[in-house]
Amino acid sequence: MLARATPWLFLAVPLAFLVVFTYTPVLNMLYYSLTSWDGFGPDREFVGQANYTELFARPDLFQVFFVSLFYLASGAVQMVLALYFATVLSFDVRFRNFFKGVLFFPYLINGVAIGFVFLYFFQPGGTLDSVLGLFGARGDHLWLGDPHLVNWSLASVSLWRYLGLNFVLFLGAIQSIPGEIHEAAELDGANRWHQVRHIVLPGIRPVISLSAVLVVSGSLSAFEIPYIMTGGAGGSTTFVIQTVKLAFQFNKVGLASAAAVVLLAVVLLATWIQRLIVPDEGVDLV
Amino acid sequence: MTNHAPRGVAARSAVAAKYLSLVAASAATLLPLAVVLMAALKTGPESADSGPLSPPHDWFNLHNFQVAFTQGHMLRAFGNTAFILVFSVTGTVLIGSMTAYAIDRFRFPFRKLTVSLFLLASLVPGVTTQVATFQIVNSFGLFNTRWSAIALYTGTDIVSIIIFLQFMRAIPVSLDEAARIDGASPLRIYRTVILPLLRPAIATVVIVKGVVVYNDFYIPFLYMPSPELGTVSTSLFYFKGPYGAHWEVICAGAVLVIVPTLVVFLFLQRFIYNGFTRGATK
Repeated sequence: MLARATPWLFLAVPLAFLVVFTYTPVLNMLYYSLTSWDGFGPDREFVGQANYTELFARPDLFQVFFVSLFYLASGAVQMVLALYFATVLSFDVRFRNFFKGVLFFPYLINGVAIGFVFLYFFQPGGTLDSVLGLFGARGDHLWLGDPHLVNWSLASVSLWRYLGLNFVLFLGAIQSIPGEIHEAAELDGANRWHQVRHIVLPGIRPVISLSAVLVVSGSLSAFEIPYIMTGGAGGSTTFVIQTVKLAFQFNKVGLASAAAVVLLAVVLLATWIQRLIVPDEGVDLV
Repeated sequence: MTNHAPRGVAARSAVAAKYLSLVAASAATLLPLAVVLMAALKTGPESADSGPLSPPHDWFNLHNFQVAFTQGHMLRAFGNTAFILVFSVTGTVLIGSMTAYAIDRFRFPFRKLTVSLFLLASLVPGVTTQVATFQIVNSFGLFNTRWSAIALYTGTDIVSIIIFLQFMRAIPVSLDEAARIDGASPLRIYRTVILPLLRPAIATVVIVKGVVVYNDFYIPFLYMPSPELGTVSTSLFYFKGPYGAHWEVICAGAVLVIVPTLVVFLFLQRFIYNGFTRGATK
């Protein structure tokens, strides 16, 4: 009897945490999204799909999806750059460890500190303008104040921040490809480009597709950098900033929950599509 | 891969382009940080008058750091963060290893279902459910206590469970069996056989989790608004109001927060890379 209960003794606390902090919130959120609850009052009037209708009908609420596109674009650039640097640094390069460390380090830096570093960087007449001045491009720009520039500026900060993680993942995957394969290919007359095209790329396919999912869900849930740097001003409000404001400033928990459900659905959809395209060979936990 | 045979002009310019790209990327990474370090060493009037690229007059002017440290309550912030860090990392290690032990070493009804529950949860990004999670944390009376952050960091970490599962498989079952024949209980086996052998996995989880907890802004910001509970992230964030125009103090605050990370990184580089490769890909 005791023997049969043993695994459950080990699982009791983990399962309790899982249910309380993951599954209950998801279910509650689905329920709140159908009500007009304000977050603290006793009345939770059932309003059906009204929150969802409002969400999709109000362009000001819906535009946050377009903001994600900037982060998605920078995420794509980030993956290409990460792949390039991972390939270059997986072969013999002088000061290899130095370059590796420099590229990776931003990922470890505190998000608020990064926000401040780049607020200073993007000031009119600040670092970026001064550097551009050295190259002959004069003038001060409102990198964070101009609605046409702000999202590009913010998305480039996220590229700066996350390039290193992407790079290290690619590097690890490339280095796990056995060296003999490269040697054999070289004997057969393959040059560097052939090796990258036919050995490296197929060899790290699962990591590339994992990174793609991280980029998609990351661009949908961008929060820290834009919140710290602009507070969402000038058209830089992202989905999560909007949801946090709706829920905790305007007390529209119902509407905020509907927004969160939509976000969750989009992220799950992206993950599902990824699994369809690249079936997961690696995960077999049972 | 290391042929140093004579190269043609094309090969040489390819090498030059490669190094040029690496140097350009390093400059783009380091410049924003270097400039902030210089700004932190300038005096107030100096910072207003000089351009961001000009070096400070006195490279040893630590006044701004003193202001940031004392008036920004950074000591308290580091204390709060350390408190949360110790409990969440310990909790994550215990929960992750217990889950992995139960799943990998026992066959029981609903085992597959349990595993799928954990896996499915990894698909739900934490930020999306925060609106509803907030109500739950609040109903436990954890709002505005450091335990809210600890509970949330400890309770939702699927990555660490997956890391522990990977390592658990590498530990031969014959070891547990030998201990069982000697009369050890499952709890004792877990404590004296499994946990010590999981040391590399524990190192990985401590690093990955430690970075996340030290740097997180979202959870302390939402759940611990009281100034006495400020963590490194939130305390730094509140510099923005009072020091809005004093870039030299804000920059000093940012440097104060970055330096511990840099020191740890320089000392543990190899482990940190391994931690992240294992944490995310396997």
